[in-house]
Amino acid sequence: MSQQFYRAIVVGGSSGIGRELVLQLAASGCQVASVARRTEPSGENIRTYAHDVTDFAAVPALFQQICLDLGGLDLIIYASGVMPSVGPDEFCFEKDKQMVDVNILGAVAWCNEAAQRFGQSGGGTIVGIGSVAGDRGRAPKPVYGASKAFFESYLESLRNRVGTKGVRVVTIKPGPTDTPMAAEHVGKKLPAAEAARQILAAARAGRRVVYVPGILKYVFAIIRALPSPIMQRLKF
Amino acid sequence: MSCVLPKDRVERVGAWGMNTHTTSYVFRPTTIAGIKEALEAARQSGRFVALRGSGCSYGDASLGAENVVLDITRMNRILSWDPVKGIAECEPGVTIKQLWQYTLGDGWWPYVVSGTMFPTLAGAAAMNIHGKNNFRVGTIGDHILEFELLTADGEFHTCSREQNSELFHAAIGGFGMLGVFTRIKIELKKVYSGHLRVTPIGVQNWREMFAEFDKHLVDSDYLVGWVDCFGAGEACGRGQIHRADYLKLGEDTIPAQTLQVAHQELPDTLFGLLPKSIMWKFIQPFTNNLGMRAINALKYLSSVTLTQGKVHDVTHAGFAFLLDYVPGWKYAYLPGGLIQYQSFIPKETAEKCFTEQLALCQKRGIVPYLGVFKRHRTDPFLMTHSVDGYSFALDFKVTKKNRAKVWALAAELDALVLAAGGRFYFAKDSTLHPSRLQSYLAEERVQTFQALKRQLDPEGLFQTDLYRRIFGGGGR
Repeated sequence: MSQQFYRAIVVGGSSGIGRELVLQLAASGCQVASVARRTEPSGENIRTYAHDVTDFAAVPALFQQICLDLGGLDLIIYASGVMPSVGPDEFCFEKDKQMVDVNILGAVAWCNEAAQRFGQSGGGTIVGIGSVAGDRGRAPKPVYGASKAFFESYLESLRNRVGTKGVRVVTIKPGPTDTPMAAEHVGKKLPAAEAARQILAAARAGRRVVYVPGILKYVFAIIRALPSPIMQRLKF
Repeated sequence: MSCVLPKDRVERVGAWGMNTHTTSYVFRPTTIAGIKEALEAARQSGRFVALRGSGCSYGDASLGAENVVLDITRMNRILSWDPVKGIAECEPGVTIKQLWQYTLGDGWWPYVVSGTMFPTLAGAAAMNIHGKNNFRVGTIGDHILEFELLTADGEFHTCSREQNSELFHAAIGGFGMLGVFTRIKIELKKVYSGHLRVTPIGVQNWREMFAEFDKHLVDSDYLVGWVDCFGAGEACGRGQIHRADYLKLGEDTIPAQTLQVAHQELPDTLFGLLPKSIMWKFIQPFTNNLGMRAINALKYLSSVTLTQGKVHDVTHAGFAFLLDYVPGWKYAYLPGGLIQYQSFIPKETAEKCFTEQLALCQKRGIVPYLGVFKRHRTDPFLMTHSVDGYSFALDFKVTKKNRAKVWALAAELDALVLAAGGRFYFAKDSTLHPSRLQSYLAEERVQTFQALKRQLDPEGLFQTDLYRRIFGGGGR
């Protein structure tokens, strides 16, 4: 059954896919809280909250405040993520730590709040933006891929924890998308607006794991099945 | 940033009519200290406190979305009971069920009970509930002798007709806006049997309904009318009246037996076979216009033929708690739930107003599945809903599709009620809006109440979603 969202939080709503999600939700009449360092975007039905997702201690109070301001909560989307460019021979702890902080710890800080609330109140939808990069340990992006693999495994656990209490947990695995984060990516990219549209459709339908675009489901089924020695040769 | 509220208190809190669901921080204290702790938690985090008993109000009268809900149901001890005078002193969370089950063996029944036995005394006092005998004995407030109220400043006020009389008459019916009832002393009625003598009277239209009520008003103890809301034209207002009377001393030859709680118990099966707890699943297929038209018509037909005038004895519980007779019947209204629209109209304008109300519902194609008609009298409580006249309660099914239409219809009904000089009842309300209530809000008594609230609760600690909807909240 298609779910209607009336009140939503988008963490990482100022740019990329998150920004598109905020705009599309707001356009559908949903009250949206856009949480990001920059207070963007602006518009009808949108409230912005300045917040750095690595300020973990601030999350519980901010989460409660947003729920109060919105008058409730039906949906949370964690769309924050960083992917600094990492050279083929680079092993930079600073960059790696940043990815762990934003992609993992920030996600856990926010989704824990939502999962507890939704579990106790018996309803709600949690959407996590993972990545196809989480499907295999690929050579170019060791920590980025691992951070997304963490997030997806964590989301699966949440689903198994609170799914029976009426909470839907949706894991999104986008491929290359036309966002500032993937600016350096060469090759075909899905427009961010289209990615957001597909993500919201998956959220409304309450699906479990969704590749964006859908075709990647089959592509990555093959990639996941590739034997390790071949992955090592391909280095893609 | 405000202080964080305990996450483990987050709960889903719904309206009794299942038409609204909210998420709140629910505190269930067992002591006065626990109440104060909840008030402090709300204050620290900049939230308001919605007082809640058993949550039997149809709409948002005990809801506080994203705020603190103070649920007093665990403070449920009967502190003292005088079986000679029939006076009980109770903690606020004692339910009507607890009370009558405690006192009936001694031959006492509460003067005023609602259609379900689950409300708490605090909730009943806050809403100043009435029963099917409102015209005879008044509201529950008329039988509360004394109470203790904890106000937002942490002070306790002992109130009765003699002491703090203004607060006594404002807090009863004050829908939880002035403070927390912490102790309630209530008088009960002496009964000489566990039975009531019931006379069913079928009526063909509003004219007969009003005429029969007038006829029986002088000497009956209870009067309630059921209305088939599908009846139109000459048949508008058709239905059935139940008159019930207490048995006098000696009329019941085995009172020791009929006054036992076990004797009062509502049967849990139908025809000794079907478990009633699953009945709602069988009702569900009929909760649509066609099914309900048929059920109402059948009930009407049987009331003017089979049961007409057949006097019989019924237990107090069986007569009073019709809403509990088929447990969980309201689930037949899932998923959208139901609202009840109940208006109280002075006797001079009531017949015309109720006729117009039904005609309007039928014209809009949104016909109530249940209509209940009662007689009322005035009482001395500041925010009372009661009038010297009649009330008509309409149950509307709510669906995702018709929700906006039902609310629009309610707005049209409001206009009829206000034009007829009528009143509304917060325990039932889901739809009132300040834009239509200027004349009501401007009433002197409402202004007096608001002034009293500002004085006792200047920071606006006690609020509910209903209060904010109708009075605009304020404060925090």
